[in-house]
This record gives sequence, C-alpha cells and structure tokens, in this order.
Amino acid sequence: MSFESEKHADQYWKENLRMMLTLLSIWFAVSFGAGILFVEELNTIRLGGFKLGFWFAQQGSIYVFLALIVVYVVKMNKLDRKYNVHEDHEEPEEFEEALEEEFTQ
Amino acid sequence: MDIQTLTIIIVLLTFALYIGIAIWSRAGSTHDFYVASGGVNPVANGMATAADWMSAASFISMAGLISFMGYDGAVYLMGWTGGYVLLALCLAPYLRKFGKFTVPAFIGDRYYSNTARTVAVICAVFVCFTYVAGQMRGVGVVFSRFLEVDITAGVVIGMAIVFFYAVLGGMKGITYTQVAQYCVLICAYLVPAIFISIMMTGHVIPQIGFGSELNDGFLSADGSLSADGSGTYLLDKLDGLSTELGFAEYTSGTKSTIDVFFITAALMVGTAGLPHVIVRFFTVPKVRDARKSAGWALLFIALLYTTAPAIASFARVNMIDTINGPDAEGIAYEEAPGWISNWENTGLISWEDKNDDGRMFYSGDERNEMTIDRDIMVLANPEIAGLPAWVIALVAAGGIAAALSTSAGLLLVISTSISHDLLKRNLMPHISDKQELRYARIASAVAICIAGYLGINPPGFVAQVVAFAFGLAASSFFPAIILGIFSKRMNKEGAIAGMIAGITFTAAYIIYFKFINPAANVPESWWFGISPEGIGTLGMLLNFAVAIGVAKVTGDAPKHVQEMVANIRFPKGAGEASAH
Repeated sequence: MSFESEKHADQYWKENLRMMLTLLSIWFAVSFGAGILFVEELNTIRLGGFKLGFWFAQQGSIYVFLALIVVYVVKMNKLDRKYNVHEDHEEPEEFEEALEEEFTQ
Repeated sequence: MDIQTLTIIIVLLTFALYIGIAIWSRAGSTHDFYVASGGVNPVANGMATAADWMSAASFISMAGLISFMGYDGAVYLMGWTGGYVLLALCLAPYLRKFGKFTVPAFIGDRYYSNTARTVAVICAVFVCFTYVAGQMRGVGVVFSRFLEVDITAGVVIGMAIVFFYAVLGGMKGITYTQVAQYCVLICAYLVPAIFISIMMTGHVIPQIGFGSELNDGFLSADGSLSADGSGTYLLDKLDGLSTELGFAEYTSGTKSTIDVFFITAALMVGTAGLPHVIVRFFTVPKVRDARKSAGWALLFIALLYTTAPAIASFARVNMIDTINGPDAEGIAYEEAPGWISNWENTGLISWEDKNDDGRMFYSGDERNEMTIDRDIMVLANPEIAGLPAWVIALVAAGGIAAALSTSAGLLLVISTSISHDLLKRNLMPHISDKQELRYARIASAVAICIAGYLGINPPGFVAQVVAFAFGLAASSFFPAIILGIFSKRMNKEGAIAGMIAGITFTAAYIIYFKFINPAANVPESWWFGISPEGIGTLGMLLNFAVAIGVAKVTGDAPKHVQEMVANIRFPKGAGEASAH
C-alpha cells in the first residue's frame, strides 16, 4: 500500500469518485439533457443562426466534453499530489513546491 | 493536370511517407510490437488514437449522413465523442495502471479465469473483423472512383499497404504512421470546409460559418452568383428549403426522442468499450499520460467532428441549389454541373425525368426525380462547390488515410488477441517471445486476407454489421471493465454471466430485426420504440443487472484480486505495460 494509511486510501478514492460523478453529471446534462431530452424547449432560444438545442446536439456538447477532460486531468494530478500517489519522483517540482511553501509562510 | 493524375501523385506521396515511417520504426521485440515500449508522447498518442478511431465511416460517410438526417445526425456526433469522456474518466487511467496489453488480458486476470479471457477474445475478434471488412471496402471505393481501377484491384492495393506496415511495424510503426495519417486526413477534411465556408458566409471558421448569415450572393457551383438567400441565416434557409421540398425540418429530425437517446448511449458506451481504442492507452509511459492522451485524442477528433455538421449543412444547401436552381424550378439536364455526370458514372447518382420537362428536381415528396447516395457527399462536396482539382485529390488521400489507419489498429488487436491471449496464455503457454511474434504476424496476415476477401465480396450487410459491432462492444466489455474497476467484490461468475447475457440479448435482437424478419423492422414492433442500433444500451443494462445479481449469490472475489483492484485505483508505481 502506497498510501500512508487505509484512511488516506479511502479518502483519495472517495474524492476521486465524487469528482468523477460531478463531471459525468455535467456530461449527461449537456448531451442527453440539452441535446436530446430538452432539445425542443431549448430550440425556442436562439444563438445567432443556431437554435440552442440544435447547437448543443451538434456542436456545444462536444466542446463541453473537451473541457470536462481538461478539468479532470488537472484536478486528478492535483489530487495525486495531495495524497502523494503521483508517479514522478524526480522531485524537482516537489522541491520547488516545498521551497515555495517555505517562503510563503 | 487533371484530377486523376493529381490524385495518383498525392496518394503516392502520402503512401511513401507512411511506408518510410513504418520502416524507420520497425518493431524489434514483442513488446515493441504490442505497445511501442510504452514510450509514446501523449500528444503523438492522442493523434494516433484519433486516426485509429476516425475510420472511413467517420471521414467519408458521416457528414453525408448528417446532411440527409439533419438534427438526428447528432447521435453520431455526440455518441462517438461522448464515449471519450467515459473512456478518459472511467477506464483509461485504471487500465494503464493495470498494465496489460489487451482487453482480454485485463478481463482474464481481473476475473482470474481463462473462460472469461476466451469469451473476451471472441468478442474482440468479432468486433474488429466487422470493422476491418468495412474499411477495406472503403479503400476499394475511393481507389476505384479516383484512380478508375476495378474495385478488386483497389482492395488488393489497400491490403498490400496495410499488410506492409501493420505486420512489419507492429504498434510502434502504426503509432507514428497514424500520426502522419491524422495530419493528412484532417487537412483533407478542413481545407474544403474552410473554402466553402468563406464562399458561402464569409467566415473562415466553418463551425461559426454554418450558424451565420449567407453571403450577399454566394458563389454557387456553376460559378454563377446565387442571388437568393443573402441576409438570412444559413440554417433558417435550410429549414425553409427542407419544408418547402417535403423533408422534415433540418434542425428537428424525425426519430423519436427515446430512440435518439438509446442510440446515442449505445454509441457512447460502444466507443468506450472498443478494444482497438482502449489498447491505445497502454502505449503511454504513465497513468498521468493516459489521462492526458485521452484529452488530446478528443481534441483532435473534435476538430473533425465539429466540422462535419458544418460540411453537412453547406453541402445540403449547395446540392439543393445546384439541382433545383435559384428559382426552385429545376435545372435543365443538359446544363447540369460536371459533378452530377461524374458521379452518375459510378451509379451513385441517378436522374429519372418523371414529368418529362427535361429539368432535374430534388425533393422529399412525389416531385422528386433524383436518387443520391449519402456516402458521396464528402467526396463530391469539393466538386459541387467547384473547388480546384488538388483539393479533390487531397480529399481522396484523406479518405484512404482514414481507412488505412483504422484497419491497421484493428488488425493489431486481432493478432495480439490470438497470439497472446489465446495461444500464449491459454493453448501454448511455452512458446518463446520470438515464436509469439511470428504467430502475431501470421494472425494479422490471415486476418488481412479474410478482410480483403470480405471487402471484395461484401456480404451485403457491412453497414448493418457496424451497428452490430457497437452493440456488442457496449453490451459485453463495458460493464465487465467498469465493474472490474469500481467493484472490488465483483467475481468471475457474475462477469461471465453478465457478458454472455448482454451479448446474447443484443445479438438476438439485432439478428431478428436485421436478418430474420427485416419486414418487422419498424418502430411499432420495436421494444419500447428502441431500434436495433440502440439496443446495445439495453443489453448493457441487462449485463450490469445479471452480473451484480449473480455476484450477490456466489460470494466475493478472492482476497488477492481485491488487493489488485485496490492497487489500480491510484497511479503510483505504474511500470511499463508488460506481458507477464
């Protein structure tokens, strides 16, 4: 076990799951929600030449998907560091972070 | 220079590039052959994944489908991109940490069972074969149209090229070749789209152009200025044209909401469960890179996928305008633009003068005189818009790149599944590294021959079988992998029962409606109004239910398996993917 304790491992996994489920609910909301279930309601709103529901179905959902993955990558890397289960051990970054902490205190 | 010579030159140049890269990065070991030593940069890996995923179907036929389906085409757009979110969040990092080459290897080890492994091998091989056959056919069609050779010759040329770099290069060769192929195919897709967007709306970015106002008299295909349509939004004009001509409104579509929902879900889950896409995430050095890689892949895919609906609507307006004329009276057949007669030669467009006025007319009701194949839209689009010959040649090269890159990735999965998962881990555990590599190459050679045969003599249902492949991937692999990661207690009995139940149900439903009783394939007789394309979603839910139910009564997975699952849940300590 690479975690400091069982408790840490549980907390890490819980935080991971919470973030995953949050992102997946956004994923569901833009594609199945805005693009399919509520498409007619949204089509009454216009975004330039697009009806909003149509735009979500053919364009918007794809942009949101991309943003979701970017957020996930950034947040997971932070989480890995927080629990010290990230991969690289060349330390320069950690060392710099430690230095930063030293100086900000 | 004419289009044919230009096409030959451009296609030969790209081939020289692919083969050069394949030779330069030839595989030296089984490890190189399968996963390129895990040493591929995430950006390059993202491009390769994108090329792997975007097949001849995405490149050649998707925009055409959207063009004819309007809003309903969104099932492909959201389905095939949304699956990547599932892949990146729920599968890729964990499978990378697990560190095995293939999906059957994960399932076999996680469920401590060779039966589970064999079930997975059979599914993987079947899913991949249905795809490869379609790709080979795609290559054949592009060659025969632009090089004016026989379709058999077209397929054989394609087989030879794929054989060369997939069999010799292995994963390492494929990865770098696919990077080059991605560049070729994305240029081929974007260049005509940008040209047409500028011509019609004055916007350089097609994604914005198709939601903008039409130019004051945009240049139409025959080079004349179309006076009609200035100042109105392109999509409004398209809606108007569609209803006038007796089609459904372009931005509304015709499928029921529940069917759109289920098809989208099946395509999403199918994407996440496709073995040749998952294997990509084993080729990066770290778990962190696997996450990043999925992000880059989606970025590169999104470039094409957000352009596709723009191309679809441009092509639709252009096509209707050039056939029906600016006054919607029909254009005299003698004055028909060149693209119509070019494509008439291939039999993919035909005109029947029903009212004997010598004019062509296209509509969705009884006035219609044109039969137009959906698959020609992307290939014909530059011709319809009157773009220069080199753009048309570039599009041909792009279509071939898309088909080749995908078939190479699929062949690799077939060969590793057979040589590694079936022979080495199951039937012949004592073969050496070298022998295993030889079996892998023999397996892909045999697979190419079978795929080529299917490409030359298509069983007549390649397009239908694609839906079948998605349903299978969704209803078999996806639940087994998800439960394997997110439930420590899931045991082999549950996983095997779930996979078999999911596949059997999905396959039975599709086979019944597509092959046994096609006459009944109408919304009224579908269960809950779900078409065979969307039934994989229900199969997946069934798989989950059966797996969880069976696992409840058969006890937890053994302790060492639970520990293994705990261990894949965090990145630290991920070594290179390994075979043993």
